[in-house]
Amino acid sequence: MYSQKIIVENEEGLHARPAAKFVQTGSKFQSGITILKGQKKANAKSILQVMSLSITKGTEIIVCAEGPDEEQAVLTLIDLIKGNFN
Amino acid sequence: MIYKGIAASEGIVMGKVFLYTKEKVQIERDTIHKGTTTVEMEKFNDALILTKEQLSNIRKKASNELDEDQAEVFDAHMMILTDPVFLEDIKKLIEEERINAAYAAEKTVNKFIDIFQNIEDDYLKDRRIDIKDVGERLIRNILGISVDSLQSLNEKVVIVAHDLTPSDTSLLDKSCVLGIATSIGGKTSHTAIMARSLEIPAVLGLGNILEKVKNDDFVILDGIEGELIIDPDENQMRVYSSKLKGYTEKRNRLQRFIDLPAVTLDGKKVGLNANIGTPEELTAVISNGGEGIGLYRTEFLYMDRTDFPDEENQFLSYKEVAEGLKGKPAIIRTLDIGGDKNIPYLNLPDEMNPFLGWRAIRICLDRPDIFRTQLRAILRASAFGKVRIMYPMISAVDEVRSANLILSEVKQELADEGINFDKDIEVGIMVETPGAAITADIIIPEVDFFSIGTNDLCQYTLAVDRINEKVSHLYQPFHPGILRLIKNVIDVSHRYGKTTGICGEIAGDPLASMILIGLGIDELSMSPSAMPTIKRIIRNVSYEQSKKVAQHALMLSETEEIINYAKESARDFLSKED
Repeated sequence: MYSQKIIVENEEGLHARPAAKFVQTGSKFQSGITILKGQKKANAKSILQVMSLSITKGTEIIVCAEGPDEEQAVLTLIDLIKGNFN
Repeated sequence: MIYKGIAASEGIVMGKVFLYTKEKVQIERDTIHKGTTTVEMEKFNDALILTKEQLSNIRKKASNELDEDQAEVFDAHMMILTDPVFLEDIKKLIEEERINAAYAAEKTVNKFIDIFQNIEDDYLKDRRIDIKDVGERLIRNILGISVDSLQSLNEKVVIVAHDLTPSDTSLLDKSCVLGIATSIGGKTSHTAIMARSLEIPAVLGLGNILEKVKNDDFVILDGIEGELIIDPDENQMRVYSSKLKGYTEKRNRLQRFIDLPAVTLDGKKVGLNANIGTPEELTAVISNGGEGIGLYRTEFLYMDRTDFPDEENQFLSYKEVAEGLKGKPAIIRTLDIGGDKNIPYLNLPDEMNPFLGWRAIRICLDRPDIFRTQLRAILRASAFGKVRIMYPMISAVDEVRSANLILSEVKQELADEGINFDKDIEVGIMVETPGAAITADIIIPEVDFFSIGTNDLCQYTLAVDRINEKVSHLYQPFHPGILRLIKNVIDVSHRYGKTTGICGEIAGDPLASMILIGLGIDELSMSPSAMPTIKRIIRNVSYEQSKKVAQHALMLSETEEIINYAKESARDFLSKED
């Protein structure tokens, strides 16, 4: 398992388009990917679960993955968040 | 029975009702035998494939006929249909708890709706509408109930519905729609804009109309007065038949003016432009003889979506307008949001006085990222036609200077990138605050034109909220103060060899025409359907005579006197048959 912590800094948080982009990117990997926000967690390939975490600007989340491409999956998603989903 | 609603799109029609209801389907829970779970799984999988096909067809159709942003709603629906957790939950219920497919789908849809219901964030909370919309489609497909009945109308009907969503209207067979009546919605709702752009008469906001009307009922729909008459009696038939005849004759008479120039008897040219909100409305502008767009409200590009429209998205809309006008000018107003217009993803704070708050150019100057994207898109579109830029809600010259500074930076950026645009693009402001109207002489050196937004100018000058019934009678565009401000703005612009237009409602008011012409207005911009009437007036009055009317009106002290005088001066041409 590979995981990394990050604070979401973009204005809209993981709303709408950023959430969609996040899920689309995550879905490209074979590994199972989970986002943790406090006690709550979501399957990173599920748009409904990701949106229901209601991640706003300034929220700390942990992205973890387990599977053959776990490290690359986490790093790619962290980069996406750092780059404000561009 | 006569029912009163909101007149959203002009015209009178009579015909049979087509009731468009999305009745809730009753789903029973069936326990299925162990051996038959595969049958239910197949039903579910087939319905899933069918639903995806339908969505991608609508998506295609929508991106051809509607805005790209409206089409994006269907991308969200598609993502839900490919959500692994959503699909897994349904499959588990079928296989492990042996529940029939339809009930399993409904249960899962409701579970997610409940989860979103409890989210605090308003935007995310509203996503339950997407879940519900796509969920219902899926369930209907599992049950084999036809979803797209609006696609297969085979006779001319008046559609009566609770509301029409973008996914409904994108499927409409327009040649079969006489008129539209809905329970909810107002003049700026999606349905209203769509109806006006297609010139289909519409009455919206009819309340519980669905309980009053049945399929195949005969109705009269009056989109001028905003009325729906169900099962009219003989007398009503007579009244409305003659009303319809009069309306048709008037339209036909006015048709003759469409190709004639808008000049007064003594040869003064008055530009006759249209106000639009979406590129689709261009058809109505051209068919009504518009000489250009005096106000393109770009807000609709930002509404009904989940995030800001990107540059490409905006560019395509602006380009469509620029190209569609074939060299005629289009004034594109930069984002005018705030006041009574909200976009959820901007997270506008609740304000005590939203009309006096963070809106329009104020937001754009605080959030240059939003502003720059829009300016880039407008500038790029300027390579494809005659485009002019207009800033809304200016209250002082420094705002114009700041906006122009950003504009010049964006121009430089585009030039550096080798992207084509009109380097001499004209820039103007919407004069809608007393501050701007009084300091027109300070502002004019910074701009190429003025356009007076009389609706807001009136609200701010007279300190009246016209939505508030207690004071709405004080909202008077013919108030002497408003006339003086209009005169000042026009005079200043002419002193500098520049022009002034009007894009508020008064521009399309036949009573105001002579006064405005007499004050020297250069352009009038109004809803496309008002243009033929105003053109007829312009062609029937002289500038010299109008000047006298305007001068006299300016000397009167009470609004009432001015209105009466305007009526008196207009009597000749208002009653005149051509």
